[in-house]
Amino acid sequence: MEKLSLRDRLMDFNASYARCIDTGNLESWPELFASECHYRVTSAENDRAGQPAGLMYATSRAMLEDRISALRHANVYERQSYRHMVGLPHIARGDAKEVECETPFLVVRIVQDDETFLFATGVYKDVFDLSGESLQLKRRVVVCDSSRFDTLLAVPL
Amino acid sequence: MQTSTIQWIPQGETRVPLAVYRDEQVYANEQRNIYRGHTWNYLCLENEIPDAGDYRTTFVGETPVVVARDEDNEIYAFENRCTHRGALICLEKSGKGAKDFQCVYHAWTYGLNGDLKGVAFESGVNGGGGMPKTFCKDHHHPPKLRVATFCGLVFGSFSDEVDSIEDYLGEEICERIERVLGRPVEVIGSFTQALPNNWKLYYENVKDTYHASLLHMFFTTFRLNRLSQQGGVIVSESGAHHVSYSKVNEDDFEGYRDQGLRSDQTGYQLKDPTLLEGFKEFNDGITLQILSVFPGFVLQQIQNCLAIRQVLPRGIDKTDLNWTYLGYKSDTPEQRQVRLKQANLIGVAGFVSMEDGAVGGFVQRGIAGTDSEQAVLEMGGDSTASNSSRATEAAVRGFWKQYRVLMGV
Repeated sequence: MEKLSLRDRLMDFNASYARCIDTGNLESWPELFASECHYRVTSAENDRAGQPAGLMYATSRAMLEDRISALRHANVYERQSYRHMVGLPHIARGDAKEVECETPFLVVRIVQDDETFLFATGVYKDVFDLSGESLQLKRRVVVCDSSRFDTLLAVPL
Repeated sequence: MQTSTIQWIPQGETRVPLAVYRDEQVYANEQRNIYRGHTWNYLCLENEIPDAGDYRTTFVGETPVVVARDEDNEIYAFENRCTHRGALICLEKSGKGAKDFQCVYHAWTYGLNGDLKGVAFESGVNGGGGMPKTFCKDHHHPPKLRVATFCGLVFGSFSDEVDSIEDYLGEEICERIERVLGRPVEVIGSFTQALPNNWKLYYENVKDTYHASLLHMFFTTFRLNRLSQQGGVIVSESGAHHVSYSKVNEDDFEGYRDQGLRSDQTGYQLKDPTLLEGFKEFNDGITLQILSVFPGFVLQQIQNCLAIRQVLPRGIDKTDLNWTYLGYKSDTPEQRQVRLKQANLIGVAGFVSMEDGAVGGFVQRGIAGTDSEQAVLEMGGDSTASNSSRATEAAVRGFWKQYRVLMGV
Protein backbone atom coordinates (compact mmCIF):
# COMPACT_ATOMS: atom_id res chain seq x y z
CA MET A 1 0.00 0.00 0.00
CA GLU A 2 1.31 3.40 -0.87
CA LYS A 3 2.51 5.60 1.92
CA LEU A 4 -0.07 8.29 2.61
CA SER A 5 0.96 11.91 2.87
CA LEU A 6 0.43 13.63 6.22
CA ARG A 7 -2.42 15.58 4.72
CA ASP A 8 -4.11 12.39 3.55
CA ARG A 9 -3.61 10.81 6.96
CA LEU A 10 -5.27 13.81 8.61
CA MET A 11 -8.18 13.65 6.19
CA ASP A 12 -8.51 9.92 6.80
CA PHE A 13 -8.54 10.55 10.52
CA ASN A 14 -11.26 13.18 10.28
CA ALA A 15 -13.33 10.91 8.06
CA SER A 16 -13.14 8.22 10.75
CA TYR A 17 -13.88 10.75 13.48
CA ALA A 18 -17.00 12.03 11.72
CA ARG A 19 -18.18 8.55 10.83
CA CYS A 20 -17.71 7.37 14.41
CA ILE A 21 -20.02 10.07 15.77
CA ASP A 22 -22.49 10.19 12.89
CA THR A 23 -23.11 6.45 12.92
CA GLY A 24 -23.70 6.53 16.66
CA ASN A 25 -20.61 4.48 17.46
CA LEU A 26 -19.82 6.81 20.33
CA GLU A 27 -18.01 4.17 22.37
CA SER A 28 -15.18 4.26 19.82
CA TRP A 29 -14.89 8.04 19.89
CA PRO A 30 -12.53 8.28 22.90
CA GLU A 31 -10.10 5.88 21.20
CA LEU A 32 -9.30 8.62 18.71
CA PHE A 33 -7.67 10.56 21.53
CA ALA A 34 -4.41 9.98 23.40
CA SER A 35 -4.86 8.84 27.00
CA GLU A 36 -3.71 12.24 28.18
CA CYS A 37 -5.47 14.76 26.01
CA HIS A 38 -7.45 17.95 25.96
CA TYR A 39 -10.92 18.14 24.45
CA ARG A 40 -13.03 21.25 24.75
CA VAL A 41 -16.07 22.68 23.04
CA THR A 42 -16.13 26.46 23.09
CA SER A 43 -17.13 29.47 21.00
CA ALA A 44 -15.08 31.84 18.85
CA GLU A 45 -16.08 34.61 21.27
CA ASN A 46 -14.57 32.81 24.26
CA ASP A 47 -11.56 31.78 22.21
CA ARG A 48 -10.87 35.39 21.18
CA ALA A 49 -11.26 36.60 24.76
CA GLY A 50 -8.93 33.89 26.03
CA GLN A 51 -11.64 32.55 28.33
CA PRO A 52 -10.88 28.95 29.19
CA ALA A 53 -14.26 27.45 30.07
CA GLY A 54 -15.89 24.96 27.74
CA LEU A 55 -19.27 23.37 27.30
CA MET A 56 -17.44 20.06 27.39
CA TYR A 57 -14.03 20.03 29.02
CA ALA A 58 -11.92 16.90 29.30
CA THR A 59 -8.31 16.37 30.27
CA SER A 60 -8.11 12.62 29.72
CA ARG A 61 -9.48 9.90 27.47
CA ALA A 62 -11.11 8.43 30.58
CA MET A 63 -13.12 11.63 30.94
CA LEU A 64 -14.31 11.26 27.36
CA GLU A 65 -15.35 7.69 28.14
CA ASP A 66 -17.27 9.00 31.14
CA ARG A 67 -19.00 11.53 28.87
CA ILE A 68 -20.21 8.72 26.60
CA SER A 69 -21.17 6.55 29.54
CA ALA A 70 -23.27 9.39 30.94
CA LEU A 71 -24.95 9.92 27.58
CA ARG A 72 -25.78 6.25 27.34
CA HIS A 73 -26.92 5.61 30.88
CA ALA A 74 -27.72 8.83 32.72
CA ASN A 75 -28.64 11.82 30.59
CA VAL A 76 -32.10 12.35 29.18
CA TYR A 77 -32.39 13.77 25.66
CA GLU A 78 -34.34 13.04 22.54
CA ARG A 79 -33.02 10.51 20.05
CA GLN A 80 -30.85 12.41 17.62
CA SER A 81 -28.03 12.12 15.14
CA TYR A 82 -25.48 14.40 13.53
CA ARG A 83 -24.05 14.69 10.06
CA HIS A 84 -20.55 16.15 10.07
CA MET A 85 -19.13 17.83 7.00
CA VAL A 86 -15.42 18.23 7.67
CA GLY A 87 -13.29 20.47 5.46
CA LEU A 88 -9.66 20.30 4.48
CA PRO A 89 -7.01 20.45 7.20
CA HIS A 90 -4.78 23.49 7.27
CA ILE A 91 -1.43 22.38 8.67
CA ALA A 92 -0.03 25.17 10.79
CA ARG A 93 3.09 23.57 12.20
CA GLY A 94 4.52 20.10 12.42
CA ASP A 95 7.55 17.92 13.03
CA ALA A 96 8.18 14.18 13.15
CA LYS A 97 6.35 13.81 16.48
CA GLU A 98 3.31 16.06 16.29
CA VAL A 99 1.39 18.35 14.03
CA GLU A 100 -0.88 21.30 14.68
CA CYS A 101 -3.70 21.92 12.29
CA GLU A 102 -7.06 23.59 11.87
CA THR A 103 -9.99 22.02 10.09
CA PRO A 104 -13.40 23.61 9.48
CA PHE A 105 -16.56 21.64 10.17
CA LEU A 106 -20.30 21.92 9.78
CA VAL A 107 -22.73 19.78 11.77
CA VAL A 108 -26.43 19.34 11.15
CA ARG A 109 -28.60 17.68 13.76
CA ILE A 110 -31.62 15.49 13.18
CA VAL A 111 -33.85 14.96 16.23
CA GLN A 112 -36.37 12.11 16.10
CA ASP A 113 -35.97 11.81 12.30
CA ASP A 114 -37.48 15.30 11.98
CA GLU A 115 -36.03 18.41 10.31
CA THR A 116 -32.36 18.59 9.31
CA PHE A 117 -31.24 21.52 11.44
CA LEU A 118 -28.00 23.47 11.10
CA PHE A 119 -26.58 22.91 14.59
CA ALA A 120 -22.98 24.11 14.59
CA THR A 121 -20.16 25.36 12.42
CA GLY A 122 -16.62 26.10 13.42
CA VAL A 123 -13.07 24.92 13.36
CA TYR A 124 -11.23 22.07 15.04
CA LYS A 125 -7.98 23.37 16.48
CA ASP A 126 -5.96 20.20 16.79
CA VAL A 127 -2.67 18.79 17.93
CA PHE A 128 -2.05 15.25 16.64
CA ASP A 129 0.41 12.73 17.99
CA LEU A 130 2.29 11.23 15.02
CA SER A 131 4.45 8.82 16.98
CA GLY A 132 2.13 5.82 16.89
CA GLU A 133 0.94 3.68 14.01
CA SER A 134 -2.29 5.63 13.76
CA LEU A 135 -2.86 9.27 14.49
CA GLN A 136 -4.21 10.26 17.86
CA LEU A 137 -5.52 13.58 19.09
CA LYS A 138 -3.52 15.14 21.89
CA ARG A 139 -5.73 18.16 21.72
CA ARG A 140 -8.95 19.10 19.96
CA VAL A 141 -10.54 22.43 20.73
CA VAL A 142 -13.88 22.67 18.98
CA VAL A 143 -14.28 26.40 18.35
CA CYS A 144 -17.87 27.01 17.30
CA ASP A 145 -18.48 30.16 15.24
CA SER A 146 -21.60 31.10 17.16
CA SER A 147 -21.98 31.61 20.91
CA ARG A 148 -25.56 30.40 20.73
CA PHE A 149 -26.39 26.72 21.10
CA ASP A 150 -29.79 25.27 20.46
CA THR A 151 -31.55 23.45 23.32
CA LEU A 152 -28.73 21.20 24.47
CA LEU A 153 -25.45 19.66 23.41
CA ALA A 154 -25.51 15.93 24.14
CA VAL A 155 -23.51 14.15 21.43
CA PRO A 156 -19.96 15.51 21.11
CA LEU A 157 -18.96 17.60 18.11
CA MET B 1 -56.11 46.75 30.41
CA GLN B 2 -56.38 42.99 30.37
CA THR B 3 -58.03 41.80 27.20
CA SER B 4 -57.08 38.21 27.82
CA THR B 5 -59.82 35.76 28.72
CA ILE B 6 -57.52 33.36 30.49
CA GLN B 7 -59.18 32.03 33.62
CA TRP B 8 -57.19 31.85 36.84
CA ILE B 9 -58.35 30.24 40.04
CA PRO B 10 -59.72 33.00 42.31
CA GLN B 11 -56.70 32.93 44.58
CA GLY B 12 -53.62 30.92 45.41
CA GLU B 13 -50.98 29.34 43.24
CA THR B 14 -51.92 25.68 43.03
CA ARG B 15 -53.26 25.94 39.49
CA VAL B 16 -51.76 27.78 36.53
CA PRO B 17 -53.57 28.12 33.18
CA LEU B 18 -51.40 26.50 30.50
CA ALA B 19 -52.40 29.25 28.07
CA VAL B 20 -50.03 31.67 29.86
CA TYR B 21 -47.13 29.92 28.14
CA ARG B 22 -48.44 30.43 24.61
CA ASP B 23 -50.64 33.51 24.56
CA GLU B 24 -49.42 36.57 22.63
CA GLN B 25 -51.45 38.99 24.72
CA VAL B 26 -50.06 37.57 27.95
CA TYR B 27 -46.57 37.86 26.51
CA ALA B 28 -47.13 41.51 25.58
CA ASN B 29 -48.56 42.27 29.02
CA GLU B 30 -45.52 40.66 30.66
CA GLN B 31 -43.22 43.02 28.79
CA ARG B 32 -45.10 45.98 30.23
CA ASN B 33 -46.07 44.75 33.69
CA ILE B 34 -43.05 42.65 34.60
CA TYR B 35 -39.95 43.63 32.68
CA ARG B 36 -40.88 47.32 32.38
CA GLY B 37 -42.77 47.20 35.66
CA HIS B 38 -41.76 47.26 39.30
CA THR B 39 -38.84 44.84 39.04
CA TRP B 40 -35.05 44.89 39.02
CA ASN B 41 -33.50 43.21 36.00
CA TYR B 42 -29.96 41.85 35.91
CA LEU B 43 -27.86 43.70 33.32
CA CYS B 44 -24.23 42.63 33.74
CA LEU B 45 -21.37 42.40 36.20
CA GLU B 46 -19.72 45.60 37.41
CA ASN B 47 -16.33 44.20 36.50
CA GLU B 48 -17.42 43.61 32.91
CA ILE B 49 -17.39 47.42 32.55
CA PRO B 50 -14.58 48.37 34.97
CA ASP B 51 -13.38 51.61 33.33
CA ALA B 52 -14.97 54.81 32.07
CA GLY B 53 -15.98 54.30 28.44
CA ASP B 54 -16.66 50.58 28.90
CA TYR B 55 -20.08 49.39 27.80
CA ARG B 56 -22.23 46.34 27.15
CA THR B 57 -25.52 45.82 25.39
CA THR B 58 -28.16 43.54 26.85
CA PHE B 59 -31.92 43.30 27.22
CA VAL B 60 -34.62 43.95 29.79
CA GLY B 61 -37.26 41.55 28.63
CA GLU B 62 -37.21 42.16 24.89
CA THR B 63 -36.13 45.80 25.20
CA PRO B 64 -32.55 46.38 24.05
CA VAL B 65 -30.49 48.27 26.62
CA VAL B 66 -27.04 49.89 26.73
CA VAL B 67 -25.11 49.73 30.02
CA ALA B 68 -22.12 52.07 30.17
CA ARG B 69 -19.68 53.56 32.63
CA ASP B 70 -19.33 57.30 32.17
CA GLU B 71 -16.43 59.65 32.97
CA ASP B 72 -17.89 60.21 36.45
CA ASN B 73 -17.35 56.46 37.03
CA GLU B 74 -21.09 55.93 37.47
CA ILE B 75 -22.93 53.21 35.60
CA TYR B 76 -25.83 54.30 33.37
CA ALA B 77 -28.37 52.25 31.46
CA PHE B 78 -30.74 53.43 28.76
CA GLU B 79 -32.80 51.98 25.97
CA ASN B 80 -30.68 51.08 22.99
CA ARG B 81 -32.96 52.93 20.63
CA CYS B 82 -32.35 56.19 18.83
CA THR B 83 -35.07 58.72 19.64
CA HIS B 84 -35.04 59.87 16.02
CA ARG B 85 -36.22 56.82 14.05
CA GLY B 86 -35.83 53.97 16.52
CA ALA B 87 -32.66 52.31 15.23
CA LEU B 88 -30.24 50.63 17.61
CA ILE B 89 -27.78 53.16 18.98
CA CYS B 90 -25.08 50.61 19.79
CA LEU B 91 -24.57 47.48 17.69
CA GLU B 92 -21.69 45.83 19.54
CA LYS B 93 -22.09 43.32 22.37
CA SER B 94 -19.42 45.11 24.40
CA GLY B 95 -16.60 47.57 24.03
CA LYS B 96 -14.06 49.79 25.72
CA GLY B 97 -12.93 53.38 25.46
CA ALA B 98 -16.15 54.83 24.06
CA LYS B 99 -16.56 58.60 24.33
CA ASP B 100 -20.13 58.54 23.08
CA PHE B 101 -22.51 56.48 20.95
CA GLN B 102 -23.56 57.51 17.49
CA CYS B 103 -26.55 56.10 15.68
CA VAL B 104 -25.28 54.99 12.28
CA TYR B 105 -28.51 55.99 10.50
CA HIS B 106 -28.43 59.81 10.83
CA ALA B 107 -25.50 60.26 13.21
CA TRP B 108 -27.44 61.40 16.27
CA THR B 109 -25.00 61.24 19.14
CA TYR B 110 -25.60 60.14 22.72
CA GLY B 111 -23.42 60.44 25.79
CA LEU B 112 -22.40 57.46 27.88
CA ASN B 113 -25.21 58.47 30.24
CA GLY B 114 -27.80 58.34 27.44
CA ASP B 115 -28.21 62.10 26.96
CA LEU B 116 -28.74 63.26 23.39
CA LYS B 117 -25.64 65.36 22.68
CA GLY B 118 -25.78 66.02 18.99
CA VAL B 119 -28.19 66.04 16.06
CA ALA B 120 -26.49 66.04 12.67
CA PHE B 121 -27.30 69.20 10.67
CA GLU B 122 -29.34 70.49 13.60
CA SER B 123 -28.93 74.05 12.31
CA GLY B 124 -29.35 73.02 8.72
CA VAL B 125 -26.92 73.25 5.80
CA ASN B 126 -26.12 76.54 4.08
CA GLY B 127 -29.08 78.16 5.75
CA GLY B 128 -31.57 75.53 4.66
CA GLY B 129 -33.20 72.66 6.48
CA GLY B 130 -32.31 71.84 10.05
CA MET B 131 -34.43 71.15 13.08
CA PRO B 132 -37.06 73.67 14.24
CA LYS B 133 -35.82 76.13 16.85
CA THR B 134 -38.27 74.62 19.31
CA PHE B 135 -36.55 71.24 19.18
CA CYS B 136 -34.87 70.64 22.55
CA LYS B 137 -32.31 67.85 22.73
CA ASP B 138 -32.85 67.55 26.50
CA HIS B 139 -36.33 66.22 25.80
CA HIS B 140 -35.18 63.56 23.37
CA HIS B 141 -33.00 61.06 25.15
CA PRO B 142 -33.96 57.39 25.18
CA PRO B 143 -35.70 56.25 28.38
CA LYS B 144 -33.14 55.78 31.12
CA LEU B 145 -33.25 52.97 33.63
CA ARG B 146 -32.67 53.28 37.33
CA VAL B 147 -29.42 51.47 38.01
CA ALA B 148 -28.41 49.75 41.23
CA THR B 149 -25.46 47.54 42.07
CA PHE B 150 -25.25 44.82 44.66
CA CYS B 151 -22.20 42.62 45.24
CA GLY B 152 -20.82 43.46 41.82
CA LEU B 153 -24.12 42.75 40.06
CA VAL B 154 -25.66 45.56 38.00
CA PHE B 155 -29.44 45.73 37.96
CA GLY B 156 -31.69 48.09 36.04
CA SER B 157 -35.33 49.07 36.42
CA PHE B 158 -37.82 51.07 34.40
CA SER B 159 -39.79 51.72 37.57
CA ASP B 160 -39.39 54.80 39.74
CA GLU B 161 -41.39 53.13 42.48
CA VAL B 162 -39.63 49.82 42.90
CA ASP B 163 -37.87 49.41 46.27
CA SER B 164 -34.13 49.86 46.64
CA ILE B 165 -32.28 46.79 45.42
CA GLU B 166 -31.52 45.70 48.99
CA ASP B 167 -35.17 45.92 50.02
CA TYR B 168 -36.26 44.26 46.80
CA LEU B 169 -33.98 41.31 47.49
CA GLY B 170 -34.59 41.14 51.22
CA GLU B 171 -32.09 40.21 53.89
CA GLU B 172 -31.98 36.47 53.32
CA ILE B 173 -31.42 36.73 49.58
CA CYS B 174 -28.79 39.45 50.08
CA GLU B 175 -26.89 37.23 52.50
CA ARG B 176 -26.95 34.32 50.08
CA ILE B 177 -25.69 36.46 47.22
CA GLU B 178 -22.93 37.90 49.40
CA ARG B 179 -21.94 34.37 50.36
CA VAL B 180 -20.93 33.65 46.74
CA LEU B 181 -20.14 37.09 45.34
CA GLY B 182 -18.60 38.66 48.44
CA ARG B 183 -15.13 38.31 46.94
CA PRO B 184 -13.83 39.51 43.57
CA VAL B 185 -14.81 37.29 40.66
CA GLU B 186 -13.76 37.11 37.06
CA VAL B 187 -15.52 35.74 34.02
CA ILE B 188 -13.99 32.50 32.70
CA GLY B 189 -16.45 31.85 29.89
CA SER B 190 -19.90 32.64 28.56
CA PHE B 191 -22.42 30.88 26.33
CA THR B 192 -26.00 31.35 25.22
CA GLN B 193 -28.43 28.46 25.31
CA ALA B 194 -31.42 28.93 23.01
CA LEU B 195 -34.37 27.33 24.78
CA PRO B 196 -37.39 26.22 22.74
CA ASN B 197 -39.92 27.38 25.30
CA ASN B 198 -41.59 30.26 27.08
CA TRP B 199 -39.34 32.05 29.59
CA LYS B 200 -41.56 31.10 32.53
CA LEU B 201 -41.08 27.40 31.93
CA TYR B 202 -37.34 27.79 32.43
CA TYR B 203 -37.70 30.12 35.38
CA GLU B 204 -40.08 27.74 37.10
CA ASN B 205 -37.64 24.91 36.44
CA VAL B 206 -34.95 26.86 38.32
CA LYS B 207 -37.27 27.19 41.30
CA ASP B 208 -38.54 23.61 41.08
CA THR B 209 -36.73 21.64 43.77
CA TYR B 210 -39.06 18.68 43.16
CA HIS B 211 -37.65 17.69 39.76
CA ALA B 212 -33.95 17.67 40.51
CA SER B 213 -33.40 14.04 41.52
CA LEU B 214 -36.11 12.78 39.16
CA LEU B 215 -35.09 14.32 35.85
CA HIS B 216 -31.34 14.56 36.38
CA MET B 217 -29.97 11.03 36.73
CA PHE B 218 -26.23 11.68 36.54
CA PHE B 219 -25.49 11.46 40.26
CA THR B 220 -27.83 8.51 40.78
CA THR B 221 -26.58 6.50 37.81
CA PHE B 222 -22.97 6.84 38.81
CA ARG B 223 -23.88 6.02 42.41
CA LEU B 224 -22.47 9.33 43.47
CA ASN B 225 -24.10 9.62 46.83
CA ARG B 226 -24.16 13.17 47.74
CA LEU B 227 -23.08 13.62 51.31
CA SER B 228 -25.42 16.52 51.37
CA GLN B 229 -28.25 15.32 53.53
CA GLN B 230 -29.69 18.54 54.82
CA GLY B 231 -31.05 21.32 52.80
CA GLY B 232 -34.07 23.35 52.10
CA VAL B 233 -35.67 26.08 50.15
CA ILE B 234 -36.01 29.73 51.12
CA VAL B 235 -38.76 31.73 49.45
CA SER B 236 -38.79 35.51 49.85
CA GLU B 237 -41.87 37.04 51.41
CA SER B 238 -43.27 38.28 48.09
CA GLY B 239 -42.60 34.87 46.61
CA ALA B 240 -40.47 36.53 43.94
CA HIS B 241 -37.03 35.18 44.82
CA HIS B 242 -35.77 31.89 46.15
CA VAL B 243 -32.74 29.96 47.31
CA SER B 244 -32.52 26.20 47.33
CA TYR B 245 -29.54 24.59 48.95
CA SER B 246 -28.11 21.40 50.27
CA LYS B 247 -25.30 20.99 52.74
CA VAL B 248 -23.11 18.44 54.43
CA ASN B 249 -22.63 17.99 58.15
CA GLU B 250 -19.44 19.54 59.36
CA ASP B 251 -18.56 16.04 60.68
CA ASP B 252 -18.64 14.71 57.15
CA PHE B 253 -16.60 17.49 55.74
CA GLU B 254 -13.30 15.65 55.69
CA GLY B 255 -14.87 13.11 53.36
CA TYR B 256 -16.27 15.87 51.24
CA ARG B 257 -12.98 17.63 51.01
CA ASP B 258 -11.21 14.44 50.01
CA GLN B 259 -13.60 13.41 47.36
CA GLY B 260 -16.43 15.85 47.03
CA LEU B 261 -18.74 13.00 46.22
CA ARG B 262 -18.61 9.33 47.11
CA SER B 263 -18.96 6.54 44.67
CA ASP B 264 -19.86 3.06 45.81
CA GLN B 265 -18.45 -0.04 44.18
CA THR B 266 -21.47 -1.21 42.23
CA GLY B 267 -22.94 -0.03 38.97
CA TYR B 268 -21.46 2.60 36.73
CA GLN B 269 -18.45 4.47 37.96
CA LEU B 270 -16.49 7.41 36.68
CA LYS B 271 -13.25 6.31 35.07
CA ASP B 272 -11.77 9.72 35.79
CA PRO B 273 -13.08 10.84 39.18
CA THR B 274 -10.99 14.02 39.01
CA LEU B 275 -14.03 15.43 37.19
CA LEU B 276 -15.63 16.01 40.57
CA GLU B 277 -12.66 16.60 42.81
CA GLY B 278 -13.25 19.80 44.68
CA PHE B 279 -11.97 21.92 47.48
CA LYS B 280 -13.59 23.59 50.42
CA GLU B 281 -14.15 27.29 49.89
CA PHE B 282 -17.27 28.01 51.90
CA ASN B 283 -17.36 27.54 55.64
CA ASP B 284 -21.02 26.65 55.92
CA GLY B 285 -20.90 23.18 54.33
CA ILE B 286 -23.27 24.19 51.56
CA THR B 287 -22.32 22.30 48.41
CA LEU B 288 -25.21 23.43 46.25
CA GLN B 289 -26.99 26.75 46.18
CA ILE B 290 -29.34 27.86 43.44
CA LEU B 291 -30.67 31.39 43.88
CA SER B 292 -33.15 33.28 41.73
CA VAL B 293 -34.04 36.97 41.64
CA PHE B 294 -37.31 37.80 39.87
CA PRO B 295 -37.76 38.02 36.95
CA GLY B 296 -34.66 36.70 35.26
CA PHE B 297 -31.53 36.26 37.35
CA VAL B 298 -30.01 33.02 38.63
CA LEU B 299 -26.86 32.60 40.72
CA GLN B 300 -25.53 29.09 40.97
CA GLN B 301 -22.97 27.33 43.13
CA ILE B 302 -22.65 23.61 42.52
CA GLN B 303 -19.63 22.55 44.55
CA ASN B 304 -16.88 24.82 43.15
CA CYS B 305 -18.72 25.61 39.96
CA LEU B 306 -20.02 29.18 39.96
CA ALA B 307 -22.20 30.73 37.30
CA ILE B 308 -24.76 33.41 36.57
CA ARG B 309 -27.69 32.71 34.29
CA GLN B 310 -29.69 35.52 32.70
CA VAL B 311 -33.11 34.45 31.44
CA LEU B 312 -34.38 36.57 28.53
CA PRO B 313 -37.67 36.12 26.64
CA ARG B 314 -37.34 36.08 22.85
CA GLY B 315 -40.94 35.34 21.88
CA ILE B 316 -43.72 33.25 23.38
CA ASP B 317 -41.85 30.00 22.74
CA LYS B 318 -38.23 31.17 22.69
CA THR B 319 -35.93 32.04 25.56
CA ASP B 320 -32.26 32.94 25.71
CA LEU B 321 -30.35 31.61 28.65
CA ASN B 322 -27.08 33.52 28.97
CA TRP B 323 -24.52 31.63 31.03
CA THR B 324 -21.60 33.47 32.59
CA TYR B 325 -19.08 31.12 34.22
CA LEU B 326 -17.14 32.62 37.12
CA GLY B 327 -13.98 32.03 39.08
CA TYR B 328 -12.49 34.04 41.92
CA LYS B 329 -9.67 36.43 41.14
CA SER B 330 -7.78 34.74 43.97
CA ASP B 331 -7.96 31.26 42.37
CA THR B 332 -4.75 29.27 42.17
CA PRO B 333 -4.17 27.51 38.82
CA GLU B 334 -5.23 24.25 40.49
CA GLN B 335 -8.46 25.77 41.78
CA ARG B 336 -9.22 27.21 38.37
CA GLN B 337 -8.69 23.79 36.81
CA VAL B 338 -11.20 22.31 39.31
CA ARG B 339 -13.80 24.85 38.22
CA LEU B 340 -13.21 24.14 34.54
CA LYS B 341 -13.65 20.40 35.07
CA GLN B 342 -16.71 20.79 37.26
CA ALA B 343 -18.24 23.04 34.61
CA ASN B 344 -19.00 19.77 32.80
CA LEU B 345 -21.90 19.50 35.23
CA ILE B 346 -23.62 22.67 34.02
CA GLY B 347 -24.55 24.55 30.91
CA VAL B 348 -25.64 23.46 27.45
CA ALA B 349 -23.85 20.10 27.74
CA GLY B 350 -24.00 19.77 31.53
CA PHE B 351 -24.17 16.31 33.06
CA VAL B 352 -26.72 17.57 35.57
CA SER B 353 -28.32 20.37 33.61
CA MET B 354 -28.60 19.49 29.92
CA GLU B 355 -32.09 18.12 30.50
CA ASP B 356 -33.28 21.54 31.67
CA GLY B 357 -32.56 22.84 28.17
CA ALA B 358 -35.05 20.42 26.68
CA VAL B 359 -37.75 19.83 29.28
CA GLY B 360 -39.34 23.25 28.84
CA GLY B 361 -39.71 22.45 25.16
CA PHE B 362 -41.48 19.21 26.07
CA VAL B 363 -44.05 21.27 27.97
CA GLN B 364 -44.29 23.84 25.19
CA ARG B 365 -45.00 21.10 22.67
CA GLY B 366 -47.28 19.26 25.07
CA ILE B 367 -49.60 22.19 25.70
CA ALA B 368 -50.31 22.88 22.02
CA GLY B 369 -54.03 22.66 21.47
CA THR B 370 -54.99 23.09 25.11
CA ASP B 371 -57.86 25.36 25.99
CA SER B 372 -58.66 25.87 29.66
CA GLU B 373 -56.36 23.18 31.05
CA GLN B 374 -54.22 24.00 34.05
CA ALA B 375 -50.91 22.92 35.56
CA VAL B 376 -51.12 21.38 39.04
CA LEU B 377 -48.77 22.76 41.69
CA GLU B 378 -49.63 20.98 44.92
CA MET B 379 -46.41 19.24 45.88
CA GLY B 380 -45.79 20.24 49.49
CA GLY B 381 -49.27 21.75 49.83
CA ASP B 382 -50.33 25.23 48.84
CA SER B 383 -47.91 27.41 50.73
CA THR B 384 -45.12 29.59 49.41
CA ALA B 385 -43.20 29.51 52.68
CA SER B 386 -39.60 28.50 53.18
CA ASN B 387 -39.24 24.81 53.84
CA SER B 388 -36.66 22.30 54.99
CA SER B 389 -37.89 19.77 52.43
CA ARG B 390 -37.10 20.09 48.78
CA ALA B 391 -39.97 17.77 47.80
CA THR B 392 -42.08 20.88 47.41
CA GLU B 393 -43.17 23.33 44.76
CA ALA B 394 -43.20 26.20 47.25
CA ALA B 395 -40.73 28.32 45.27
CA VAL B 396 -42.63 27.74 42.02
CA ARG B 397 -45.84 28.84 43.75
CA GLY B 398 -43.89 31.85 45.03
CA PHE B 399 -43.12 32.79 41.44
CA TRP B 400 -46.82 32.76 40.56
CA LYS B 401 -47.71 34.72 43.67
CA GLN B 402 -45.49 37.59 42.55
CA TYR B 403 -46.51 37.12 38.91
CA ARG B 404 -50.22 37.49 39.67
CA VAL B 405 -49.60 40.66 41.68
CA LEU B 406 -47.55 42.32 38.95
CA MET B 407 -49.81 41.17 36.13
CA GLY B 408 -53.00 42.04 37.99
CA VAL B 409 -54.51 38.61 37.29
